[in-house]
Amino acid sequence: MNIQNAKFEYLLRLGDSSLIIGHRLSEWCGHGPILEEDIALINVALDFVGNATELLRYAGQVEGKERDEDDLAFLRDEREYRNLLITEQPNGDYASTIARQFLFDVYMYFLYEELKSSKDETLAAIATKTHKEVTYHLRHTTEWMYRLGDGTTESHVRLQNGVNDLWMFTSEMFDMDEFDEVLIKEGIAADLNKVKTEWEKKVKEVFAEATIQIPTTTFRQKGSREGKHSEHLGFLLAEMQYVHRTHPGAKW
Amino acid sequence: MSDTQLPVWEVFIQANPGIAHKHAGNVHAADAEMALQNARDVYSRRSEGMNIWVVPASAITASSPEDQGAFFEPSNDKPYRHPTFYKIPKGVKYL
Repeated sequence: MNIQNAKFEYLLRLGDSSLIIGHRLSEWCGHGPILEEDIALINVALDFVGNATELLRYAGQVEGKERDEDDLAFLRDEREYRNLLITEQPNGDYASTIARQFLFDVYMYFLYEELKSSKDETLAAIATKTHKEVTYHLRHTTEWMYRLGDGTTESHVRLQNGVNDLWMFTSEMFDMDEFDEVLIKEGIAADLNKVKTEWEKKVKEVFAEATIQIPTTTFRQKGSREGKHSEHLGFLLAEMQYVHRTHPGAKW
Repeated sequence: MSDTQLPVWEVFIQANPGIAHKHAGNVHAADAEMALQNARDVYSRRSEGMNIWVVPASAITASSPEDQGAFFEPSNDKPYRHPTFYKIPKGVKYL
């Protein structure tokens, strides 16, 4: 396997996760619990879609087959998508969305901290910009973890349920394969073992303060590395890609 | 319709170093950190500022419209209080 292939695959993993979670968050537009939080969450969604745009554009350049970020976003099918399973899980209630976002924000925070010093200059530049955004996202979701977890009985139960449902999708965030190995050797990719240690520490810390229990279930769901997704991604893509595919090449 | 959301906080944003914070609007929030974040998300999305103050609206004491005569009219006929005699040095931007 050459580095170009590995880099393309790696950029898809990063870009697809940002695109899909960005799209999921955008589904809250106009439905947030209060106006201010609605705006806040959509700001976050926009940050992720912006991040995905940059990563997929770069992925297209690395691939060298003249596909741009729109081609990659709108003309690939489910099995070609490399986003983490946690990012495609449905929003559920607001507590579930916060649980999903918190678990993913902590991951993003430590992953992109590593990627800031990637030897790939373009990736390092994207990571530097993204890390600033993610720092804010994490601050925002952490506050909501405390607020809901240590709030009323109902908010606590809802948040704990959200965490319980999503927990089985967290372990694949740290799975590494031959693509990672090749790129870590080159100093391009992040060592996810290191990210995992930081992630576990931070999650434990915030859970303790939010009075949320770490789930004891040992079942682990994986598959996104091979494009095997949960039943939810197809529906998401159908909605996200509909206009682009119905009006190919449309300009406005 | 009465406001059933969270308490109101007034938002002040400083656009550049050295100039006064200017009233930008208000947000609903349960606590100071939430107010600060909501203010950031609602009022600084277009690079409006570099520093934010949030103040519980309930902590602000305002003069009432009836006070207008007694408070402000006496200064109307005292133009000598305006420092028009002084020249403003070049390079002073925000005065």
